[in-house]
Amino acid sequence: MIPGHQKGQNLRIQVLAGGISHERDISLKSGRRVADALIDAGASVVIREPDEDLLKHIAEDTPDVIWPTLHGASGEDGALREILSLTAVPFVGAGADGARLAWDKSIAKILASRTGIQTPASVTLPKDTFRELDAESVLAQVARHMSFPVVVKPARSGSAQGVTIVEDPAHLSRAMIDAYVYCDVAIIEKYIAGTELAVTVINQGAGPMALPAVEIEPTGGHFGYDERVTAGEVNYYVPARLDQVILDKAAKIAVQIHDELGLRHISRVDLIVDENGVAWFLEVNVAPGLTETSLAPQAILATGATLSEVYLGIAEAARLGRG
Amino acid sequence: MSNETPRGNNFDHWLDSYAARANTLSVSEVRALFAVVSRPEVVSLAGGMPYVAALPRELLEASFDNMMTERGNFALQYGGGQGDLRLRDQIREVMALEGIHASVEDIVITTGSQQGLDLLGGLFLDAGDVVLAESPSYVGALGIFRHYEAHVEHLVTDENGLDPADLEVQIKALRAEGRRIKFLYLVPNFGNPSGVTLTEERRHRIVEICRREHILILEDNPYGLLYFGEKPPVAMRSYEEDCVIYLGSFSKILAPGLRVGYVLAPPAIRDKLVLANESALLSPSTFTQMLISEYLEKSDWQGQINTFRGVYRERRDAALDAMAQYLPNLHTTRPDGGFYLWVTLPEGIDSKAMLPLAVTELVAYTPGTAFYANGGGHENLRISFCYPTPENINLGIKRLATVIQRQTDLLETFGNH
Repeated sequence: MIPGHQKGQNLRIQVLAGGISHERDISLKSGRRVADALIDAGASVVIREPDEDLLKHIAEDTPDVIWPTLHGASGEDGALREILSLTAVPFVGAGADGARLAWDKSIAKILASRTGIQTPASVTLPKDTFRELDAESVLAQVARHMSFPVVVKPARSGSAQGVTIVEDPAHLSRAMIDAYVYCDVAIIEKYIAGTELAVTVINQGAGPMALPAVEIEPTGGHFGYDERVTAGEVNYYVPARLDQVILDKAAKIAVQIHDELGLRHISRVDLIVDENGVAWFLEVNVAPGLTETSLAPQAILATGATLSEVYLGIAEAARLGRG
Repeated sequence: MSNETPRGNNFDHWLDSYAARANTLSVSEVRALFAVVSRPEVVSLAGGMPYVAALPRELLEASFDNMMTERGNFALQYGGGQGDLRLRDQIREVMALEGIHASVEDIVITTGSQQGLDLLGGLFLDAGDVVLAESPSYVGALGIFRHYEAHVEHLVTDENGLDPADLEVQIKALRAEGRRIKFLYLVPNFGNPSGVTLTEERRHRIVEICRREHILILEDNPYGLLYFGEKPPVAMRSYEEDCVIYLGSFSKILAPGLRVGYVLAPPAIRDKLVLANESALLSPSTFTQMLISEYLEKSDWQGQINTFRGVYRERRDAALDAMAQYLPNLHTTRPDGGFYLWVTLPEGIDSKAMLPLAVTELVAYTPGTAFYANGGGHENLRISFCYPTPENINLGIKRLATVIQRQTDLLETFGNH
């Protein structure tokens, strides 16, 4: 325990990490980082797999707080959070409803749009639509409707897995196939060229607060899965190298989304700012990556606070039912 | 106010300092997907992990007790760069089962045969050198060759192993281009990933060609003693001493956690291997060498290999039965030993692209692309039958059939793009 970080001395926290998802490895890394920071803050932390013994462990251990750092379906689709809400133990992050709304990118885009936030034009299509209506005709219709390039992505997935930028309509079907191996629903979204931003929102009990935006500059031009998990592949700038007016707007959007979906203690909103300074909402994550190369920890550190301080504040807020 | 360009954080402040060859090391999405195999719900047909539970724990416990009693002070001490003399002598007995008769002087103990391959890569490969290999070839060797910036040329390989005729054609073509060929790398017995065994007739032809063309053969033989029926042909090293470097391992016939392998090389190469080993490690682990030495001295190690054969034969049968039951129209190799089936998928299905779907269905395999340095292998996948129980092998292949059907349906929907 680091002297001066003893505030969490009596707090007993279960961090949930792993799970069965395509992002299991990232979840394990996130979980260990969160646990390390909370231990440094003086908390007593155990890391658990969400497996057949989980509910038994929760009942036996009766932790003060549970912190799910589960990425992908099991952690972000609301199912596990629904179960956690049936226990008496408070947990960090969005409740089941908020998670469901955020996990499906197409739903989150609709909700964002309804609150006046701009989001790139898109078409959301389940796999079965192509089978029922003849794929060639559907693709042709999509190609007529959309201007290329477009981004094809699974509606429910994370870490840019299954995402393809399609320049040529002839390559659309391959991109659809690559998205459908992750999820039965895919989004075809207008590609917006510009500066990628990630805005983390936290709530330590005093209301949601946007942290400094992180600007993402992939050295190879693309921010895909490999770039996200490999140190050196991306340059991050915190705060982002954009006009403060734009950054304020991005922060406002992020808090608005966080509030609208009811995401409680932590979320990360991904935006892209085009050449005219318009910030477009892409997606929101209820379990943002918290690994050593993740975006949310960078934003926290940019405020001058330590991860230990902030994570402890979040855990305390969850324990007290605030946020 | 400073005019300095803001500097981003890329989490690697030493990015400008790496050697160029560090660029050959990268993570991959496939590797990340394999994280799920540690969950018990997932049937992993992916990793080539030996079934060490078939090794009675008391055998190694007795070896450990003996070692600590009789040689404890030596086992805990540094050793020589060439490896423990008694173990090298015992390795001669192991290699004799493959037809090899060699001097203890020409054996070098390594930290798994993987380290032996790495030492050889460091000794022989310059950037741009060519390594000839089977199609497909062992992923761990490809990684080493890539790390030493060598270029791998895959040669035609069929159910009888590497084709000597293609070997001749490729040597001629590559040399006509001015390329420098350093190795022919082979896993001749129950190959990883193909499961294929090189025929005796082809072995002789390959040795003859390589001797004539002055190309070193790396004969990597971790699976040779794990045969299910007839023994495979004797090792090429048994009749060619000068142009064959032989690599052996205790990982498959004992336990991979001990990390002990060995290299049998011509004397001049052996000298350099010892120096390279000392430079890299000072000495391979004395502790695990002496543990293995005790095991070989006091235990029925050949009987234990026979036990492993029985376990893996049963699992090979389970895998082939399940393939016949659930995927009767797919071509698969039918190995007579080792750990692997090599499966050819229906046209248009990409094994690497399909893997996320398989993970969703709680089954994992290794995409064929892992075993090619040239981007090939999309239409293949490797099934490892060594670790899961026969029941789980059946369940895994049943799930795999569902995955392939779903992917087939998807491709048909989109006109098989």
